[in-house]
Amino acid sequence: MCLAVPGRVLDIEERDGTRMASVDFGGVVKEVCLEYLPDLQVGEYAIVHVGFALQRLDEASAKQTLELFATLGMLQEEFGDPWELAAEAGGSPLPAAGIDTPQEAQK
Amino acid sequence: MKYIDEFQDPDLARRLLDDIHSTVTRPWALMEVCGGQTHTIIRHGIDQLLPEQVELIHGPGCPVCVTPLEVIDKALEIASRPEVIFCSFGDMLRVPGTGRDLFQVRSEGGDVRVVYSPLDALRIAQQNPDREVVFFGIGFETTAPPNAMTVYQARKLGIQNFSLLVSHVRVPPAIEAIMQSPRCRVQAFLAAGHVCSVMGVAEYPELAERFRVPIVVTGFEPLDILEGVRRTVLQLERGEHTVDNAYPRAVRPEGNPAAQAMLADVFEVTDRAWRGIGTIPGSGWRLSSRYRDYDAEYRFSVTGIQTREPAECRSGEVLQGLLKPHECEAFGTLCTPRTPLGATMVSSEGACAAYYLYRRLDITNASLEASTVV
Ligand code: SF4
Repeated sequence: MCLAVPGRVLDIEERDGTRMASVDFGGVVKEVCLEYLPDLQVGEYAIVHVGFALQRLDEASAKQTLELFATLGMLQEEFGDPWELAAEAGGSPLPAAGIDTPQEAQK
Repeated sequence: MKYIDEFQDPDLARRLLDDIHSTVTRPWALMEVCGGQTHTIIRHGIDQLLPEQVELIHGPGCPVCVTPLEVIDKALEIASRPEVIFCSFGDMLRVPGTGRDLFQVRSEGGDVRVVYSPLDALRIAQQNPDREVVFFGIGFETTAPPNAMTVYQARKLGIQNFSLLVSHVRVPPAIEAIMQSPRCRVQAFLAAGHVCSVMGVAEYPELAERFRVPIVVTGFEPLDILEGVRRTVLQLERGEHTVDNAYPRAVRPEGNPAAQAMLADVFEVTDRAWRGIGTIPGSGWRLSSRYRDYDAEYRFSVTGIQTREPAECRSGEVLQGLLKPHECEAFGTLCTPRTPLGATMVSSEGACAAYYLYRRLDITNASLEASTVV
């Protein structure tokens, strides 16, 4: 959760009066809120934390960071299944899913 | 990953290290504030590549670690209610409250869901109008603006079945508390880069001046840390104490004004207890009175829950840089990531966990003795 990951804006749309974007993080695409960087454009990079773009980043350093994170397995840590990670950490079986699976909630 | 050729740019890493080695003439103690930085330092063995005189002290900057036990107990209580869908970031699932954690609450039938963003929790509230959706809002200045925006949106959209269990913390008062401790050995700070992406650097010059400590804004990749250390040591050797930005690609001096404005609207500064450390004045945020309706503590009447921390755990000293994780008697025996006593072991960004994951094989009795002497 502490991690902030650079991503590239793929497209932008207004939803419920909020500026939202699809952002590509080295292959994983997530919905990201642009309200804190309202003039971010398609093709630009930003540092994204828990679904919010917080600061612009130039392309070269964004790509370098993403490459490093991929090598270190940090993208997997950030975007992988948190229940599995937690089960592994505690050495206990996965608890039963609720009505929505966590993956659904993550969309 | 302890060898310099595994750095992203080994030549640059070597130049930075050479520079640091040739600059240092005396021992210095630097604190890296951010848990992400601690993780990088241990993972890459940066502390072992630095000159012996440069000691890195791990700071309190892991939001998962510093969330007080009683807040975890409040979360567990709320998450156990049948009408509640409790949403959290994945890192909170294994943080032990009294006797159990969110993972277990789910096993016992609680509807606990992991979200990537607080806005996901708001969407779950829209989709489940007959349930109460609570989001666990923890984190430093980087995470607070997203959570503030979510509450703002909830009000704007008239969503009433959504609330926030808030335990946000702020870095500058923590720096102040560390410097005021009579046992403090910290002579300079590597400030947390992404906190400054939001807040800018305006809060630091006064602290640097008052405590005569260099504060160098630092990123959290291996080369960023080396550059941060290099600039810090340079200041220390010259007897300077200014605020310096070694992470300009992500930090503008003014930070993110839109995020700051939202923080000021939705939250107000409050005293906050830090797990293991105790209450630090003005070190947290809570929902401002205009947003009190969205405060889960009031909505679920859990304001009265109070809890004591386990006595064997010395994470408070670890979080303040007074003790290295492996100097705790419980480290690696009573306390492991599978059976954590304190949150600094349960969070992968916590100092105890970082030591356990990356260092346990090279901790020999000799190095244990050596480090206790320091
Ligand atoms: S090793 Fe465990 S018990 Fe000791 S300080 Fe760290 S978290 Fe607490």
